[in-house]
Amino acid sequence: MKSKVNYQAKDLLRDSSFELRAHKDAAGTILPTIMNPEFIDCPSCKRRALRSAWEKNLFACPNCGKLKPIGGYYRLSLILDKGSFKEMDYDMTVSDPLGFPGYAEKVAAQEKKTGLKEAVITATGKIGGIPVVTVVLDSRFFMGSMSTIVGEKVTRAIEVATSRKLPLIIFSASGGARMQEGIYSLMQMAKTAAAIEAFSESGGLYISYLTHPTTGGVTASFATLGDITLAEPGALIGFAGPRVIEQTINAKLPKGFQRAEYLESHGFVDKIVPRNEMRDTLIDILRLHVTNTKNENKGFSVVKNNE
Amino acid sequence: MNNNNNLTAEEKVRIARNIDRPHVDDIIKNLFTDFFEQKGDHLFDEDLSIYGGIARYKGMPVTIIGHRKGHNIQDNIKFNFGMPRPEGYRKALRLMKQAEKFGRPIITFVDTPGAYPGKEAEEHGQGEAIAKNLAAMSSLKVPVITVVTGEGNSGGALAISVANRILMLENAVYSVLSPEGFASILWKDSSRKREACDLMKLTAHDLQDAGVTDEVVPEPAGGAHTDPDTLYANLDAVLYKHLQELKLMSSSELVADRRLKFRNIGRTEEAEYITG
Repeated sequence: MKSKVNYQAKDLLRDSSFELRAHKDAAGTILPTIMNPEFIDCPSCKRRALRSAWEKNLFACPNCGKLKPIGGYYRLSLILDKGSFKEMDYDMTVSDPLGFPGYAEKVAAQEKKTGLKEAVITATGKIGGIPVVTVVLDSRFFMGSMSTIVGEKVTRAIEVATSRKLPLIIFSASGGARMQEGIYSLMQMAKTAAAIEAFSESGGLYISYLTHPTTGGVTASFATLGDITLAEPGALIGFAGPRVIEQTINAKLPKGFQRAEYLESHGFVDKIVPRNEMRDTLIDILRLHVTNTKNENKGFSVVKNNE
Repeated sequence: MNNNNNLTAEEKVRIARNIDRPHVDDIIKNLFTDFFEQKGDHLFDEDLSIYGGIARYKGMPVTIIGHRKGHNIQDNIKFNFGMPRPEGYRKALRLMKQAEKFGRPIITFVDTPGAYPGKEAEEHGQGEAIAKNLAAMSSLKVPVITVVTGEGNSGGALAISVANRILMLENAVYSVLSPEGFASILWKDSSRKREACDLMKLTAHDLQDAGVTDEVVPEPAGGAHTDPDTLYANLDAVLYKHLQELKLMSSSELVADRRLKFRNIGRTEEAEYITG
């Protein structure tokens, strides 16, 4: 009874705790080989390692260090304080503003594959006791592309951060515009950028963390507007994709072009932060911006843990 | 009023790209006086694909910014076919911030195949430059009007288009990507351009329904290049009307109006944020 199993899995996903979702998310990206379920092959160095070693290494290859993509819930489980996760707008589903042929079917397939309803997860939570609003684009769903609802959810999260005076942390990963939504996709760039501008005017701290790959309309809007810009090692970050550039200039691009390290040396990234240092780095940065809550005149206050 | 209703989307794309179509420099010559060109981003370079400066519109100083393409192949190459580099967006931003300082309305003219996908453009932060423009334009304290005159594609168009009013010439098109690029990404087949044109909803009237375009400027039958003077007269009337309306608004009203325009595209009304 295949359909029944599917139903149960989906049901579990919806009702389970955040930790369960995060666990499924991490495992969901790494399919064990049929012969050796406890080993995982690295697509980069082709060597294999114990699944437990991968997990311990936060899905960076234990041999070569190359990162595997991870799911949004799993990423949040690595940075948020236990039990602090509260998701926003979980039920918002893909809209189809152009009535694009075949789009609904593709969306259904993506939903089934990932258990997600859109390419972004927005949530409130705490990091080291400091309340934050956090956004994760999930590259497994339509390559994290900017759709109307991605733009809408990101904007709503920024608005919550603005009204509650909370720091904002966005993990970007995107293949660019959602082609099937045409001009609506493009306009989300202006919408999200304007929301960041209003947030910034209110004195809010925005930490932008660029993960693999961050390209197109996301790069050209909220992803590059952070007060602090961090990047994951080796992440591809750019506006145009490397293939398009090579076709345009009719030449090969240098090794490492548009990688996080390249951007760091060209002046667009503050720091490259590996996964295992992500949480501690965020805590350090957040604490540098915490103002004493009694000192109300000092502008934006990052309220300390007061549960 | 609408003389080009019978044209297909693909035919409109062809007219929008016609090499004789009036461009920003022609419009400046015919609708504005005392044009003073401003060059360079004053940081690194001068991008010839973005043309801009100060001029008078019916006596009033305004800042004008637009994509420049040229009417012959030599100029096309010189102006990089209207495809801006980061320096172009930064020049545009410099001019816009200056307009804000001196209280001048800003009028931008959009006509670009898109941002230039070059190696240096990436190294100089194409994405960051576009993003900065989007954010900064959303808080400009002066009226901003965008006129899409030809084809407006991708971030290269949007980077000078976060306006209070978006006007489109009747045969102009505005889209996330060129129809060829769209077909190539979606179907790996750039020859399915016609199909893309029909599906993308990129014409001026389509975009009015989407809440992007505020008013469509009628063109003479067959396109603006067949009778530019009629086009200039039509554009003048529409531009003047919108500028007069915006001049009545305070700076905070202008910012709120502009932000609301873009906020409402794909807006979802839900009271409860936290669901899980």
